Amino acid sequence: MSRILQTLALLVVLAGGMALPNLVELYTVYEVTVYVVMALLALSLAFIWGKGGIMCLGQASFFGLGAYAYAIAALNFGPGLLAVAIAISVPTLFAAILGYFMFYGRISDIYVGVITLAVSLILMNLVNSTSGPQYRIGAAQLGGFNGITGIPTLAWPNGTPLDPAALFRLSLTLLVGCFAAISLYLRSRAGKVVIAIRENEYRAELLGYNVALSKLVTFSAGGALAGLAGCLFANWGAFVSPTVFALVQSAQIIIWVIVGGRGTLIGPILGCIALQWATTQLGTQQTIQVNLVLGLVLTFFVLVVPAGIAPLLAKCARAVTPSRSRITAKEKQA
Amino acid sequence: MNGEVILKAEGLGISFGGVHAVKAVDFELRAGELRCLIGPNGAGKTTFFRLLSGQHKPTRGTVTFKGQTLTSLLPYQISRLGIGIKTQVPSLFEDMTVAENLELAVPHGVHARDIPHRVAEVLERIGLADLRDRPCAELAHGQRQWVELGQILASRPAVALLDEPAAGMTHIESVKTVEIIRDITRYSAVIVVEHDMDFIRMIGDRVTVFEQGEVIAEGSFQQVAQDPQVRAAYLGRKETTDA
Repeated sequence: MSRILQTLALLVVLAGGMALPNLVELYTVYEVTVYVVMALLALSLAFIWGKGGIMCLGQASFFGLGAYAYAIAALNFGPGLLAVAIAISVPTLFAAILGYFMFYGRISDIYVGVITLAVSLILMNLVNSTSGPQYRIGAAQLGGFNGITGIPTLAWPNGTPLDPAALFRLSLTLLVGCFAAISLYLRSRAGKVVIAIRENEYRAELLGYNVALSKLVTFSAGGALAGLAGCLFANWGAFVSPTVFALVQSAQIIIWVIVGGRGTLIGPILGCIALQWATTQLGTQQTIQVNLVLGLVLTFFVLVVPAGIAPLLAKCARAVTPSRSRITAKEKQA
Repeated sequence: MNGEVILKAEGLGISFGGVHAVKAVDFELRAGELRCLIGPNGAGKTTFFRLLSGQHKPTRGTVTFKGQTLTSLLPYQISRLGIGIKTQVPSLFEDMTVAENLELAVPHGVHARDIPHRVAEVLERIGLADLRDRPCAELAHGQRQWVELGQILASRPAVALLDEPAAGMTHIESVKTVEIIRDITRYSAVIVVEHDMDFIRMIGDRVTVFEQGEVIAEGSFQQVAQDPQVRAAYLGRKETTDA
């Protein structure tokens, strides 16, 4: 898609999204907000795994850290920008430290996957074991398995909390903004290096690129994005529990990315929204187990459409739209 | 040879278990030089090449580039010093286009506005201007070799190490490869590792011959071709005795 078309599409999505709360019921706004928040989480994995080639199986770690960091900071310092900054900084720093040992230690991709998965499970068990009054950080009671409740919603500078419509608009703006920023970054030379490392790490190194540093930056940025999503999630539900670190959460993100199209940014966003919608619809009935359906969907895509939805749609669009070069060739023949 | 020595190996060697793949080799490369390393299969030339390029760490001896020791550096640090490497099997960014592969090879010091010009220039020289937007995964073997040589041209290193640049090519493709290597020598001193004597004859420059991990001869192609030790290494002892 050309840059102009992409910019136009983003503006249309943003404008439509801004108007949405005026057109639908409050419950729908509330439901769509979590889709958008999770889409931001999917975007974070699309960036580090799809574009950067870093197989992170524990992206939920950063999401959970963002959510918990916001909850603790908001309860202690108030639901302002400081709480948001802490919610982004904690997972970013955690990703940077973890990434430093993984990438400078030059461990293979498989072990990166195993370590990140193990880290998310360790975090879940760690937070799970914090029930009891002694596990308190300032005004925030960690709550163990029950999590933290009553998290204050982000407030405007005058102290008024964001209403559901404003939270939706903020989430959508952040999603569109992050998508645009990553797209721009990937067109820059530094962004092309990220993709080049995914393509051929050894060649990138032979051309003088510090692969470990580049991966560390990519991984930390992905952690920051996931942390931002976690922050918004805590705002959305006013509640956070250890399940944000769970294997199911990490697996869901991977499924969104695979179904949407791993090598694209838009695909995982679409995959996330579509699958969340489907999960919600399936959740209203008692006949079919939702996780079983998700597993079947994943199996279907891996076997039949391994590239995912977005590349398939792009291929179909190319098939029905004759390219300029093909037209020129036909004109020459004529 | 008039140029200063820019790449130097002293007592360089490596052993794998009890096997001495390269045995205490002394070697010098001067600025502007085009040197060919030849030898039969298993002679140790590729291992020696990998020692020079930092892909293997030596068990003895040192490699210095413009006086700086390379043996403790990582591949990207060696590259940044000004050493370009073309691997035996073409190693490219498969899903990226030919132009993007070349663009990424242009060093950091080059101004952004000059990069497209340099890429266009290299595309012309390697004869792939028409395929500039084609992903490398879709190229034929010879074209992939040229893209990798194009990366060397785009980066203009002080030393270019080329491992079997004509492997798997037809004679016509090899002739074009020789032209590209001659282009590279405009900016870089070049070491070519090859076992194809016809290709070395086309390059026709100074040749170092390896056999069983040691240098057994050095000189022009004609000189080494007449060397009895070289003939024995390539053709077998019996042939030499008969001769």
